[in-house]
Amino acid sequence: MSQAIIQVERLGKEYILNHKGAESYTALRDIISSGVKSLFTKRRPQTNDTIELFRALQDVSFEINAGDRVGIIGRNGAGKSTLLKILSRITEPTQGRITITGRVASLLEVGTGFHPELSGRENIFLNGSILGMNRSEIQAKFDEIVAFSEVEKFLDTPVKRYSSGMYVRLAFAVAAHLEPEILIVDEVLAVGDAAFQKKCLGKMKDVAGQGRTILFVSHNMEAVQKLCTKGILLHQGKLIDQGPIDQVTQKYMEGGDTALAVYQIPLPKNPDDGYGYVTRVQIENEAGRPSTEIPVGANWQVRVFYKLNKPAPHFVAGLGIVTLFDFAVRTSWSKPADSRPGEYEALFVNNDLMLVTGQYKLVIGLSTQGRVIQYLDSTVSLSISEITALGGEERILNASSGLIINPMPVTIKNLK
Amino acid sequence: MDNRIVIEPGSKSKNYWSDLWKYRGLFYFLAWRDVLVRYKQTSIGIAWSVLRPLLTLAVMWFIGWLFGAAVPAGVPRVLMVCAATLPWQFFSGAFSEASNSLVANSNLLTKVYFPRLIIPASTVIVCLIDFFVSFIILIVLMAVCRFAPGWRICFLPVFLFIALVIAMGAGLLIAALNVKYRDFKYIVPFIVQFGVYVSPVAFSSDYIYGHVGIPASVKFIYSLNPMVGVIDGFRWCILGNSISIYRPGFILSIGLSFFFLILGIWYFRKMEKSFADVI
Repeated sequence: MSQAIIQVERLGKEYILNHKGAESYTALRDIISSGVKSLFTKRRPQTNDTIELFRALQDVSFEINAGDRVGIIGRNGAGKSTLLKILSRITEPTQGRITITGRVASLLEVGTGFHPELSGRENIFLNGSILGMNRSEIQAKFDEIVAFSEVEKFLDTPVKRYSSGMYVRLAFAVAAHLEPEILIVDEVLAVGDAAFQKKCLGKMKDVAGQGRTILFVSHNMEAVQKLCTKGILLHQGKLIDQGPIDQVTQKYMEGGDTALAVYQIPLPKNPDDGYGYVTRVQIENEAGRPSTEIPVGANWQVRVFYKLNKPAPHFVAGLGIVTLFDFAVRTSWSKPADSRPGEYEALFVNNDLMLVTGQYKLVIGLSTQGRVIQYLDSTVSLSISEITALGGEERILNASSGLIINPMPVTIKNLK
Repeated sequence: MDNRIVIEPGSKSKNYWSDLWKYRGLFYFLAWRDVLVRYKQTSIGIAWSVLRPLLTLAVMWFIGWLFGAAVPAGVPRVLMVCAATLPWQFFSGAFSEASNSLVANSNLLTKVYFPRLIIPASTVIVCLIDFFVSFIILIVLMAVCRFAPGWRICFLPVFLFIALVIAMGAGLLIAALNVKYRDFKYIVPFIVQFGVYVSPVAFSSDYIYGHVGIPASVKFIYSLNPMVGVIDGFRWCILGNSISIYRPGFILSIGLSFFFLILGIWYFRKMEKSFADVI
């Protein structure tokens, strides 16, 4: 059934920001005298105070069909949380209209309304009812919730004595057993240890498998891509893309500040004295466009621009990939060649090594006859994003364990 | 489908009251939470809800005795004061907790939707339970003084209800204001502290209304205090014949309490939608 279950038309939300004008009092004496003056004069017009309209959301329209799993992505301040708050009826829009058909449960925080003095058992009931379950529903699910949370032993202990891990597990367990038609989830997977996060994601997938509609906000792109089928991309309060999740995450990544992927290297002290120097380094995606983040599993390349002042016999340009803990992962060199003065560009293409997600340092070196011309080791960094370029089966792999995730050929034989 | 929700700016939800009924489960759980939490980690627990009014009673009795406030013939002073202390204690507790309830539950306001009216309403319930427990004091005192109440005691729930109306009305108004202006956090204790002296707790209303030296305008202002009506009503129910009610003042203060409730609900509803943004 592909009937729109959520219909958002030209939604907007404005906040009024009051800026207190800068009053540069220099001494206490001034403060007192101006205070006394204002006693006798009428209240001064507040010329220094300005009111600014902040548009958290503007002109956002989309439709969500029953059974869709929609990831809402965007950078900080894009309006994701505001959108969820409006959809959950916590705050009111200033323009537009939303029509929702079905029972909505929103999970904007893990453990909303948990009371530290109450026991685990009591908090399950309290939190359940806050999330919109009635008493009999909670009773019916109680054992399941307790089993999922793994805190059986401490059910009658006040939650203030829980470890933070137990607290989060119990809180998520309650939330995971909600059975609304539409589930709105914000950033709640960013809690707990890796194993529990996996369990949560699994549970969310189960929920989605039962034909429920899910709206999911997370900065964990890996989770978004694993869970969602569709995506909505917000940027500064405006909807800039919607469609299949891979298309939208791709767009999200391209929307990064590409200037940050281009490193202008400052000139050395006496630029004309040495053999030469690097002028610019840029990190590019497969298509050759400067890119701050590279999807995990995708190819990438580094373009190094340099200038040679004099002939450099046996010239080599080198690139090293080093983890943040200074562990060298790979080093590559150009073929030694006798180079004449001029401006050059060296292109290093990484099309075989799949690094795990995270930050890396790139080391760039120029040398002639084994002697270093220039060595840059803390200037350029590479970021492998959680957004994945891997498809199908490989996506299931955890892209953050180990260092290299190139698959190894494996054959399995049935022996008996 | 029947459960269609339309979200629009400024939309007055037509089914607000039926929504409120739908969320009665949450109301129950929040009240239950407040009851459970109230005396957690105290060594004497619920005994506090007897001890607190008892101490107030002692102080008020002493003040009345010290200033020689008149007591109707045949009525022990202690019962006179007790019949006023209990509703006053209920009102002051319910009013101050309801006023503070939204800010105290701000984590709920910003994360979950429900009719916000539930929060102050559920805190009042806790104070109601405290009231019933503290009622033991009155029963014991009556037994000690060998004072039996008459048929009028049947009307006690009516006056308790009016006290609840006042506490709710004023509580809703201040709770909504408190969301934006935290000044009310400091004003509320002052109102409560001041109120106990301008309400007939240590003395009787007869003393004010019957006093020749008090100008009529002061008597009028006195009767504007809705708690005057409630306390006079409590005394009338409990102490019987010897208590007379000054009708015009009584009607005025009862009328005002309902006016406060309507005003409170109106303002609360008006501000409700912006709570999550402002708090």
